[in-house]
Amino acid sequence: MPKATNADDSDAPDGVQIDLISGERMDGMATMEKIRMILDGVHDGNIVILEEGLTPDEESRLIEVTMAEISPDEFNGIEIETYPKSETRDSSLLGRIMGGDETEAKLTVIGPANQIETLHKDETLISALVSRN
Amino acid sequence: MGLFTELKDSISRATDRLFSEQEPKRIGIYGPPNAGKTTLANRIARDWTGDAVGAESHVPHETRRARRKENVEIERNGKTVTIDIVDTPGVTTKVDYEEFTDEMEKDDAIRRSREATEGVAEAMHWLREDVDGVIYVLDSAEDPITQVNTMLIGIIESRDLPVLIFANKIDLDESSVKRIEDAFPQHKTVPLSAKEGENMDEVYDNIAEYFG
Repeated sequence: MPKATNADDSDAPDGVQIDLISGERMDGMATMEKIRMILDGVHDGNIVILEEGLTPDEESRLIEVTMAEISPDEFNGIEIETYPKSETRDSSLLGRIMGGDETEAKLTVIGPANQIETLHKDETLISALVSRN
Repeated sequence: MGLFTELKDSISRATDRLFSEQEPKRIGIYGPPNAGKTTLANRIARDWTGDAVGAESHVPHETRRARRKENVEIERNGKTVTIDIVDTPGVTTKVDYEEFTDEMEKDDAIRRSREATEGVAEAMHWLREDVDGVIYVLDSAEDPITQVNTMLIGIIESRDLPVLIFANKIDLDESSVKRIEDAFPQHKTVPLSAKEGENMDEVYDNIAEYFG
């Protein structure tokens, strides 16, 4: 499965890589493909930014898979922030049948918990302070 | 009894079981770590069955496996509702064993964090597959607007599960029930102190109304 990053670790500069993943790239991916792409990036120490967020079901599975991959002294989980969903989203049964269950989140930021010092969100800004350790 | 009658009775029994109003509803108690979920589960279980569900502690992730107390009969206003209470581990997106090393040896801390991660994964799976309703417990002395709370409430809503939000720890000076009501105005918020047993009548009235 292709990873979101093409960086070669041996040539990687001392810094934090940010993967900005377009909605187009996520289109047509199965839930587990999306989760694998996100977690592969985070395992590499990258900050992953999704142009379009995840559905509630995908968020639930992301938490489940993240928990399964936590390992002492190696990976202790993720930090995640998402802008709130649109106030106008249609949550009716008809709306969901017609595709309203799809995500309408604007942006999701996901990063490794041991590198993100703070991840703050307000109405219009998600701000991450990332350490390089 | 003829073969046809036996078959009809058998189908009827199966249908009755499938759609029985008497079948206990599985109510999952969800929320972040240290919100008081086990204290609440124990309070409910003790009030109506005399037994506790599990151990309580100030150390995060004391509950590392979902625990169920079956057939808890709650009687309100002449009506009895029967629920299975499922006390779940606090949901989080990160678990670091070093959080526990102040309280215990490294090996024990690592074991605890492993159990906690398995418990959270299990709780998420149960939320998708195995609960009929949710009691979402929040510490009213803490800011409720966190990504985990927002995600969890969104996941619960997407599954059309009935949900009651319990604003716990109203006995604390820093408690603000309004902060929780403002954060999740689309859901009923019930203030309580599971530890002190405050406002439990309203808690049981709402459980009976929502899940009965």
